[in-house]
Amino acid sequence: MTDALLDVRNLKIGATAYPPGEPPQEIEIVHGVSFTLEKGRVLGLIGESGAGKSTIGLAALGYGRGGVKITGGEVWINGRDILKGGIRRLRDLRGAEVTYVAQSAAAAFNPAKKLMEQVTEAAIHHKKFSKAEAEARAVALFGKLGLPDPETFGQRYPHQVSGGQLQRAMTALALCPEPDLVIFDEPTTALDVTTQIDVLAAIKEAIHDTGVAALYITHDLAVVAQVADDIMVLRHGNKVEYGTTDQIINAPQEQYTRELVSVRSIQHEEKLPSPDPVLKVDRVTARYAGTGFDVLKDISVALHPGQTLAVVGESGSGKSTLARAITGLLPPTDGSITFDGRTLSPTLAGRSREDLRELQMIYQMADVAMNPRQTVGTIIGRPLEFYFGLKGREKRARIQELLDQIELGEGFIDRYPAELSGGQKQRVCIARALAAKPKMIICDEVTSALDPLVADGILKLLLALQKREGVAYLFITHDLATVRAIADSIAVMYRGKVVRYGSKTEVLSPPFDDYTDLLLSSVPEMKLGWLEEVIAHRKMESAGN
Amino acid sequence: MSPAIKLIAQRIALGLLLLFLVSILIFVGTLILPGDVAQSILGQSATPEALANLRRDLGLNDPAFTRYINWLTGIFHGDLGTALTSGQDIATAIGSRMSNTLFLAFWAAVISVPLAILLGLTAVRYKDRWPDKLISAVTLASISVPEFMIGYIIMYFIGVKLRWFPSVAMINDSMSLGEKLSAVAMPVMVLTLVVLAHMMRMTRAAILNVMQSPYIETAELKGLNSFMVIFRHAFPNSVAPIVNVVMLNMAYLVVGVVVIEVVFTYPGMGQYLVDHVSKRDVPVVQACGLIFAAVYIVLNMVADIVSILSNPRLRHPK
Repeated sequence: MTDALLDVRNLKIGATAYPPGEPPQEIEIVHGVSFTLEKGRVLGLIGESGAGKSTIGLAALGYGRGGVKITGGEVWINGRDILKGGIRRLRDLRGAEVTYVAQSAAAAFNPAKKLMEQVTEAAIHHKKFSKAEAEARAVALFGKLGLPDPETFGQRYPHQVSGGQLQRAMTALALCPEPDLVIFDEPTTALDVTTQIDVLAAIKEAIHDTGVAALYITHDLAVVAQVADDIMVLRHGNKVEYGTTDQIINAPQEQYTRELVSVRSIQHEEKLPSPDPVLKVDRVTARYAGTGFDVLKDISVALHPGQTLAVVGESGSGKSTLARAITGLLPPTDGSITFDGRTLSPTLAGRSREDLRELQMIYQMADVAMNPRQTVGTIIGRPLEFYFGLKGREKRARIQELLDQIELGEGFIDRYPAELSGGQKQRVCIARALAAKPKMIICDEVTSALDPLVADGILKLLLALQKREGVAYLFITHDLATVRAIADSIAVMYRGKVVRYGSKTEVLSPPFDDYTDLLLSSVPEMKLGWLEEVIAHRKMESAGN
Repeated sequence: MSPAIKLIAQRIALGLLLLFLVSILIFVGTLILPGDVAQSILGQSATPEALANLRRDLGLNDPAFTRYINWLTGIFHGDLGTALTSGQDIATAIGSRMSNTLFLAFWAAVISVPLAILLGLTAVRYKDRWPDKLISAVTLASISVPEFMIGYIIMYFIGVKLRWFPSVAMINDSMSLGEKLSAVAMPVMVLTLVVLAHMMRMTRAAILNVMQSPYIETAELKGLNSFMVIFRHAFPNSVAPIVNVVMLNMAYLVVGVVVIEVVFTYPGMGQYLVDHVSKRDVPVVQACGLIFAAVYIVLNMVADIVSILSNPRLRHPK
């Protein structure tokens, strides 16, 4: 134990819960977790949301977010229990011995200050380096992390650089004071898959070169497999399994770990296109008012009854805008949209109630897509009244029927959204869309905000409903694993254009265009050494050109 | 052109337009006021001929539009007209009154603005603990008591009982700065108490709002102490709302001090205006109205410009 840099013993963390309609309660969210981390090693903390992984990571800085408090146990760093000695000792530790990389660098950087000032602040504050030394270190780190123009990069403000660059700058911020331990809290989760791979490689190299120890927190096992030496699997604030990365990935012992490793194993046979598509988007071009460029350029796709068309692409590629054009929220400047054999009015106001009923939508954030002051029954009942005029007992029976379909039982009808989990909320949104008996549902990133196992459940539900109800899905996502799981045909979007379109097999089989190749090869695979393989392969190719 | 410069230019143009509209409003407003200037100058016993002559001499028979244009042209030449009652040049009379008002407002601002911000920062630092509660209670109490009341209380204790400062704030040009400051000490105290609460509470609320941001967590995890986190990281992001409320209070210090001026018989703009309203001296009322409106518009314009400049996205576009 003498060599351990970080030694966490029987850590217990509590929080205040605010159950609806009840007085606040003190609850325990981490129940006695112990682990050690040696110098220069990387430990991955993995688990779904609520597993306590971020909470444990922040405990290594003696920090509790919001009302979170460390209620028991010891956290030894460099031979000292940091929980003893009060806030002043903790402040000496934070930013000097232990530093933190937040999930959303875009929010974690102060918008009012230049990057250089923020990156060097901790090093200068703790008198680890002079201002000149710290700035020289920052420039070197910018260079090492592959940031453009490292000499002048720090003179920019956060809003002047991209999300991927900010995440690297955040890593520079954490490494600048020469800490012993860095906590990486989901550092690549908010990034596009094509950006994630570069940031991941930069972080891995920086960890390796500086010899710093790291806690790497993520919900994505394939990502953590690329950077961690050891992995600890957490669930509901308990340690489930702890082992080397090799053992966790290739020989998981616990049932829960096995589920995590085998997630996304849905098999879906693609269906053949029928002669009459339910939706036909023909040469649609659209732009937002007041902007000088088209966000959708000459888009033509078709969706067949009872099938799924997946629209993939990174953020800003125009996927959600396509959904807005189809629903009539953004009237196209050119082209036409045909639905079930009739041409739809480009504007929402010009569409009939029948048009609206047959084309429903489910959103990414189930939370904000529901009125928090309405019960589940009211939420699902609304389309029943609006489209079918159902009332009273008849309506209630139909609501219950829909709740059964989404695998929520009795008793949910009178609950409020705040009393549901993330997955349950998304199920209610699905029921609301189904209530209209639509021919087609647009699913906009409906699983992106969910944990892998929960997302899996939602996808299975959507597939089962498709089979039973014959509803077609336009499925917008950035996640290729999801696409593989449910799509019949795929449209790959890049900068407002469809760069590749066809049946799932066609689109996912070589020969690829450059962008699809980049996109496909960037999806982390759950095997050791994948990152190195891809990077080496790309270097070779660019050297070959 | 950077978006900040464009926005500032727009804002200035808007301010000028607003000032122009206000000038129309003031002119029309005084037109429809009941009463007759000639009558009030000459008194009830004036003969109809005398009234008609005076009206002609004062130009009151010209069409309203001509009078408005004449008035506006005069203002552009620095001529605010002549007071009907005393025959004095308004610009000269207002000049000395205005400088007295600004002198009082300046010292009240010099003390109250930094004090309010400091108290606001302190209240955030000790949120929900006794310093926060004490600051809130005292500033709330001071804003709740009518200002003339505070004026008389302070006058009674400091002026009459302790005899530290004179209870009548008369100043004139022959006094030295020290004498002037001593004369305005009590009105400055009262004004500070009156404007402090609003600015302090806005500072506190604006900073607390920012304190929820993830970058505050980043700063805390760098090991900075609470005051550094608040001052370095929260304050720069809450400048815009704070400047707005500060400027509103500055405007109040110039425009709204008439009660204090009466309490301390201070020769400022407010008293001058009130005197001439009661005498129906329309040109003076118009001139004062326009100046007060200009002060409000300019200070709010400054607040908006500072808000624009405090936003790095506008100052440094991509």
